[in-house]
Amino acid sequence: MAKHHVTTTINGEEAEYLCEPQETLLDVLRDEVGLTGTKEGCSSGDCGACSVMLDGRLVCSCLVLGVEAQGKTVETIEGMADGEELHPLQQKFLEEAALQCGFCTPGVLIAAKALLDTNNNPTETEVRYWLAGNLCRCTGYDKIVRAVMDTAADMRGA
Amino acid sequence: MSGMRYEAPGSVDEAVALLADANGAARVLAGGTDLLVQLRAGMISPDVVVNIKDISETHGITAEGGGFRIGASVSGAEMGENAALVAAWPGVVEGAELIGSTQVQGRATMTGNLCNASPAADGVPALIAGGATCTIAGPNGTREAPVGDIPTGPGKTSLGNGEFIVAINLPARPANASDAYLRMIPRTEMDIAIVGAGVNLVLDDDGTCTAASVVLGAVGPKTITVADAAAALVGSKVDDAALEAVKAAASAAATPIDDKRGTVAYRTKVAGVLAARAAAIAATRARS
Ligand SMILES: Cc1cc2nc3c(=O)[nH]c(=O)nc-3n(C[C@H](O)[C@H](O)[C@H](O)COP(=O)(O)OP(=O)(O)OC[C@H]3O[C@@H](n4cnc5c(N)ncnc54)[C@H](O)[C@@H]3O)c2cc1C
Ligand code: FES
Ligand code: FES
Repeated sequence: MAKHHVTTTINGEEAEYLCEPQETLLDVLRDEVGLTGTKEGCSSGDCGACSVMLDGRLVCSCLVLGVEAQGKTVETIEGMADGEELHPLQQKFLEEAALQCGFCTPGVLIAAKALLDTNNNPTETEVRYWLAGNLCRCTGYDKIVRAVMDTAADMRGA
Repeated sequence: MSGMRYEAPGSVDEAVALLADANGAARVLAGGTDLLVQLRAGMISPDVVVNIKDISETHGITAEGGGFRIGASVSGAEMGENAALVAAWPGVVEGAELIGSTQVQGRATMTGNLCNASPAADGVPALIAGGATCTIAGPNGTREAPVGDIPTGPGKTSLGNGEFIVAINLPARPANASDAYLRMIPRTEMDIAIVGAGVNLVLDDDGTCTAASVVLGAVGPKTITVADAAAALVGSKVDDAALEAVKAAASAAATPIDDKRGTVAYRTKVAGVLAARAAAIAATRARS
């Protein structure tokens, strides 16, 4: 079957790739585009390790076909820092050790940023529900939630 | 899945033609949150996948004739962001918003939830209770059907070859009317309902219920419309006695399965509890 030629915008830059119709955006990002920061945990929408922004919406890239990104904008963890300057969430996760193996971290950061971009004063309950689709098997959720709450507090103070 | 074709038509007619030509070997792609999982698991292997999200008729939530038209590509997140829809149909929106995580909400549609035809679909009971209809496009033009007529059993729908749903329509709301949806899951998030209950009701100026509908999900192969529970509400002030009757009627109507997530006895009891609670919430909303 013919491959599809897809033109899209990834982290602010125009990108092109060829993909099979059944390949997911996750497959394409990792295997065709070479952006391996987005992780594959389950490929069934359950773990959130593959979280990216698609046209400004938080989605699981394992539940999007690569061809569906045609003409859209995709934001991945690789675009989160501003050059060498880490995003405040990234900085806070390091300072507060809100990660252990780090496998869930790109997805958690993308999801947390999506929340703070629309609400910089979330309650702990809001943070926990928002991140319910991001599974972490080692850190435990308290440190992650606290790092998000502390980043939000810093952002409000700034 | 090798050899699968992908199409993203820009019009309803093109989509119908693609679906009809495939003679049952096509699948509509909306949010993909069921479809991609089923593709990956090898549960389905369509010849062609037809993405309907580029068709403008499937977009947007529009106020129409006092009610709402919700396009088949509209995600749960978009529904939750529409203040007018949330105010008029809080139960329909809470059903749609219970589907999956924030990530899943960004994609999942109510129409996909309906057409996936899972007995436990969270978006469906409140739609049926609310008297929603769907606009279906097909080779013979467009037709309307009640939402409840679409699922015919687990994974099966009444849609014919070449047909797909373009939009779901919620009727005009009389004064003092509201709805609610509640579900029971063994966890607090990200799980499949073992019972769901949607209630829609209308009160008169004295607070007496003049119309009601009570619909259960996940306690049978299809949703169950509990006429006895509705009858217990109509004519009452939705007081404790009426709610007790709703509870008994809903439990009596439930025909759940037994599995590791919930026993028959438990699901039967919870069906009654949730139906009564949802009725109380809908009444409180209708009064305010
Ligand atoms: C992690 C996770 C959690 C979930 N949690 C829940 C939950 O809590 N509750 C729940 O009810 N569901 C849940 N689901 C299931 C799923 O998200 C929902 O059923 C969702 O609403 C499906 O909508 P969709 O737009 O993604 O459908 P798709 O996957 O695009 O389509 C689903 C089916 O419907 C057909 N279809 C779609 N649109 C149309 C149309 N317009 N006309 C005709 N046929 C159509 C497709 O061909 C396919 O067979 C979950 C899924 C995941 C991955
Ligand atoms: S890999 Fe996408 S949700 Fe787990
Ligand atoms: S840090 Fe290991 S999974 Fe979260």
